[in-house]
Amino acid sequence: MHEGIEDRVMRVIAETTHTPIEKLTLDATFEDVGLTSLDALAVVAELEEQFGIEIANEDAMALRNVRGAVECVRLLTESGAGQ
Amino acid sequence: MNTRRVAITGLGAVTALGLNVPQLCESLRAGHCGIRPIETVECTRLRFKNGAEVGGFTPTDHFTEKELDHLDRFAQLGLVAAREAVRDAAVEWTPTLRENAAVITGSCLGGKISEDQTFAAVYGSEGRRAHPLAIPRAMANAAASQISMEFGILGPTYTISTACASATHAIGQAFALVRSGAAEMAVTGGSEAPFALGHLKKWEGLRVVSPDTCRPFSKDRRGMILGEAGAMLVLEPLDAALNRGARVYAEVVGFGMSSDAHHLTLPSAEGAARAITAALRDAGISPEQVGYVNAHGTGTKANDPVETQALRLVFREHAARLAVSSTKSMHGHSLGATGAVEAVATALALHEKFLPPTANFTEPDPECDLDYVPNEARRAEVEYAISNSFAFGGLNAVLVLRRWDGEL
Repeated sequence: MHEGIEDRVMRVIAETTHTPIEKLTLDATFEDVGLTSLDALAVVAELEEQFGIEIANEDAMALRNVRGAVECVRLLTESGAGQ
Repeated sequence: MNTRRVAITGLGAVTALGLNVPQLCESLRAGHCGIRPIETVECTRLRFKNGAEVGGFTPTDHFTEKELDHLDRFAQLGLVAAREAVRDAAVEWTPTLRENAAVITGSCLGGKISEDQTFAAVYGSEGRRAHPLAIPRAMANAAASQISMEFGILGPTYTISTACASATHAIGQAFALVRSGAAEMAVTGGSEAPFALGHLKKWEGLRVVSPDTCRPFSKDRRGMILGEAGAMLVLEPLDAALNRGARVYAEVVGFGMSSDAHHLTLPSAEGAARAITAALRDAGISPEQVGYVNAHGTGTKANDPVETQALRLVFREHAARLAVSSTKSMHGHSLGATGAVEAVATALALHEKFLPPTANFTEPDPECDLDYVPNEARRAEVEYAISNSFAFGGLNAVLVLRRWDGEL
């Protein structure tokens, strides 16, 4: 199931920011793959939409890498905050 | 080049801190916060619930129903503020003055409430038509045009839209027109009415609006608070003002601008510092002569440390002696109007000899290490003050005001 979340999060990041998915790894920072803070905002909004979760402003602003995005989604979906 | 001294002889303000300038002044002095639960928009679908609305503003107290058909709320607020400023300045209109007067306003949004209502009608139920006056109500220059028509002002009239710096850019342009002799008087400032659901949802997406209140420069700050306002100033040559026996609140003595050329939303200390330096150079004063800074001070994580760095870059050791406050902590961030509210606040601070506080300040932030006049106003006689506006898109504008002591 965790594998599933990783793949889905990476797909959301790739599609939202027009980034080739093969450039994304769990350890990549957004900066590594050329994403700005504005790209991160778009990613957060799409993650909320896709997973039916609500990410707090402070957590959204702190997201700086792929692993952080995956952990954030995992935490919120497992805590029952999501769909 | 002809450079005349420029006086502020009239003030008008409709804000969350009151329906006129005396109420604004009293609230600034008392450190009263105008941030409350939003009432004019249903907030169940919003993640933030608080705003700085103008409480107790009844449009029909100021306009007929027929007039209101032509006026979005942002134009109403601008026009009511302009009426107060012109009355306050006791302007004596003549045909020559009307031909040589200007109206320069700022607005980031234009008539957003009218636009929101139109879109809700059009998209929400098929076939419904837009309000036939939706276009002239919502155009960003509607307030400027209404002010021009109200007073029969025939000279340069236009609106500047540079996001959160709109009104400061507008006042700077009006200052330039009066200083150069291109205008003999200017009604200038800004107005904004951002409380429309579709518009608020856009701010929600940007994640910079605080879920509770606005705490600029405080370590626990959580973002900005949107506000609505109209604020206007009357500018005229100092000698003309003295000749007609007008009250002078303060002089506008300098204006500086810059662009960060850096990022759509993140501020730059260097860009802000260049605008402040340009304003001081334009005023012909040294940094050490400035006693008060009305900060842009939005209360966002990003703005406040960067503005602090900018002030340190310009003022160096003198930064430790500067009083810096964000009045947005009290009247909220009214976007394209906020620079005008803050210019009025700065003129009042100089004229009434007090420093408005930064309200809601709870905890110092190591990254914001200046004197922010926390929570309580202070008595102070400051000669020079600056008012900072740093807009999204990296567009910066800074005004320099000088206390008027009644002597040339």
